[in-house]
Amino acid sequence: MSVAESTAPPEEIEPPLGQHGSEEGPHPTTVAPPIMLWAENLTVSFDGFKALDDVTLLLDRGELRCIIGPNGAGKTTLMDVITGKTRPSEGSVYLESRLQNLTQMSECQIAELGIGRKFQRPTVFQGHSVFENCELALKGAKGVFHSLFARLSKADRERIEEVLETIGLADLRNRQAGLLAHGQKQWLEIGMLLAQNPKVLFIDEPVAGMTQPEMERTAELFRSLAGKHTVVVVEHDMEFVRSIARKVTVLHEGRVLAEGPMDVIQKNERVIEVYLGT
Amino acid sequence: MSALADVLAHVGARMGEMHSRRGWLLLAVFALLIAVVVPAVAPAYLVPLLGKFLCYGMAALAMDLLWGYAGILSLGHALFFALGGYGMGMYLMRSMAGEGVYRSELPDFMVFLDWHKLPWYWHGFQSFGFAVTMLLVAPGLLALVFGWLTFRSRIKGVYLSIVTQALTYAAMLLFFQNATGFGGNNGLTDFKRILGWPLQAPQTKTILYVASAIALVGTYLLCRFVVTSKLGRVLRALRDAELKTRFCGYESTNYKLFVWVLSAMLCALAGALYVPQVGIINPSEMQPSNSIEMAIWVAVGGRGTLTGALLGAWLVNGGKSWLTAAFPSAWLYALGGLFVLVTLFLPKGIVGAGGPLVEWLAKRRAQAAAPPPVAEPVKQEGT
Repeated sequence: MSVAESTAPPEEIEPPLGQHGSEEGPHPTTVAPPIMLWAENLTVSFDGFKALDDVTLLLDRGELRCIIGPNGAGKTTLMDVITGKTRPSEGSVYLESRLQNLTQMSECQIAELGIGRKFQRPTVFQGHSVFENCELALKGAKGVFHSLFARLSKADRERIEEVLETIGLADLRNRQAGLLAHGQKQWLEIGMLLAQNPKVLFIDEPVAGMTQPEMERTAELFRSLAGKHTVVVVEHDMEFVRSIARKVTVLHEGRVLAEGPMDVIQKNERVIEVYLGT
Repeated sequence: MSALADVLAHVGARMGEMHSRRGWLLLAVFALLIAVVVPAVAPAYLVPLLGKFLCYGMAALAMDLLWGYAGILSLGHALFFALGGYGMGMYLMRSMAGEGVYRSELPDFMVFLDWHKLPWYWHGFQSFGFAVTMLLVAPGLLALVFGWLTFRSRIKGVYLSIVTQALTYAAMLLFFQNATGFGGNNGLTDFKRILGWPLQAPQTKTILYVASAIALVGTYLLCRFVVTSKLGRVLRALRDAELKTRFCGYESTNYKLFVWVLSAMLCALAGALYVPQVGIINPSEMQPSNSIEMAIWVAVGGRGTLTGALLGAWLVNGGKSWLTAAFPSAWLYALGGLFVLVTLFLPKGIVGAGGPLVEWLAKRRAQAAAPPPVAEPVKQEGT
C-alpha cells in the first residue's frame, strides 16, 4: 500500500474490482477473490443531511481494519447500512461475491449470510446465562419450528465451549450475563459474534470503559481473530487503534478522508487537522 | 430399536428440562387434586364456579406466555376468549334446533329478528367437531392476520397494547349489532345440552369441570414445553433485546406471530370451556376491562413464571367472588388498589417475590448445615 494511494482524496479510491494485487492479499494462493466485502458509493441522507456521502469501503479477506473519525463522521451509520439496519439512498454492498446486493436484505438475512455486528454498548441477553447467550448466537437454523424442537448437538456444545475458551469466560458459563463485569460483557458479545461464525465482524467501540489490562487482552483477542475472520473495529481510543491496526480508514463528515496504514495516516495533514491534532 | 431408544432418551431429556423430578411429582399431585379430589368433595353448586376459575387459569397461562416470556402485553385477549366462547355457543344453539321458544330450526334470536335463513357462517356448527375446530381456527386466523400486520410494522410496547385494546373494543361494538348475527347484546344463551348431555345435570357440570381441569394441565404442559425450548429462550431474548436478537439471525416477526397465535388459540379454548359452564356468552365479555383484568392476574401472580399466572388468576377471581358478594361496591377499588400495591411493592408478582425468599431460606439452611465457607476467592480475569 503506497503512501500516495493512502493519502489520495476519496474520489480517487481504487475501483471496486481487479487491481487488488493478489500478492498483497492475505491468501495469495487461494483462488477466491481477495476482497471480502464491497461497500460502494454509499449515500444516506436524513432530511437533506448527508450522514454518508458517497463512501466506499473495500475489505480484504482476513483483514483487520480500523475505522476512526470524530463524532458524527458517519461510522455508526456506515455499519448500520452494511448490517441492514438503515437503507442507503444510493450505493450497494456485496459480500464475498458480487451476486447479491445486501442493501435489499433484512438484518437477519444479512446476519445469516455472515456479517456479525457488535454494538457500541454491550448488548448481551441479560437474563440468559453466558452459555445460553452463545447458544442463541450459534450458527444454524433459526426458524420458529426448528427452535421449538431444537436440541444442541455434540458439535454445537464443543463449538460453544471453544468460543467460551477464546473469550476467557469458560468458568462463568452458568453466570447470568446481566451480572458480568463490563469488560466481560464486551467479551461475551464478541464471543456471541464468534459463535455465529461470521465472515465479517463489525465491532463498535469495543474498549470504551475497559481497564488497561482488559484493553490489552482485547487487542490480543482481535489480533488472533484476524486471518480467520475479516474484522472491522470502530474505535475512538487512538492508543488501542495503534496497538491493533494494520490499515485505518478515516471518516469525516460522511466522507472517507484518508485510508492507509496507521503510521502513514498519523502523518496525514488533513487527518491531523480534523481529528488527531486535537 | 436404537432409534426408539434415541427418541425415549430425547423425550426424557426434554422432560428433565421442563421440570425437575420433584417438579413433575408436584404437578402430578396438583393435577390429581384439581381433576379428581376437588370434584369429588366440592358441593355441587360450587363446581361450575370452580370450573370457571380453571378457564380463567388457562387464559392467564396464555397471557403469561405472551406477556411474561415474549414481552408482548395484549390488552385485547378477552376478544379471543370471547370468540372461543361464541364458537361453543353457536354449537350449543345449533344442537338444540327446533327446541327453542319458537320451535324453529333457527336460533330464537334470529326468529325474533324475522330472519328466515341461517347466515352462511352459522352452517356446520351443529357438528361438535366442526365447531371445536372453528372455535380454534377462527380466533387463530384473526390473531395471525392482526399479528402479521402489527408485528411486521414493528408496532410494540404501549402502542401494541393500545391497538389490541381498540381491536377488542371494535369487536365488541360489532357483536352488539343485531345484524352481525350473534344475538346482539343478549348474546347466546338458554343452552340445553352438550353432546346430548343436559347442561343442568350435576353430572354434566362435573364432566365439564374435569374437562377444564385436564385442559388446564395440558395448557400448562404445552406452555412449559414452549418456554423451556430454545424457542422460549429466543422469546425471552426478544423481550430483552429485540434488535440484538434480529442481528443473531432470528426473524423476530415470526417468533412473535407464533407465540401470539398460540396464546390466542389457548385463550379461545379457555373461552369455549367457560361458556357451557356459565350458560351464556355476550359481547360484554369483550369489553376492554376484561382484557385488562387478565393482565392484572398475571401481574399479581408474577410475570414469566406460569405458576404465578395461575395463582394470580385464582387469587384475584377468588377475591372478586367474595368481595362482590360481601361488599359489592368495593370490588373496583380493591382491584385498583391491588394493582397499585403489586406494581409498587411486588414488581415481580407474588411468585417472583417468593423466589428470593426460597433462595434465602435455602442459603440459611445450607449455612446451618455446613461451616461458613472461607471468603470466596476473588476471580482474576481469566487470562
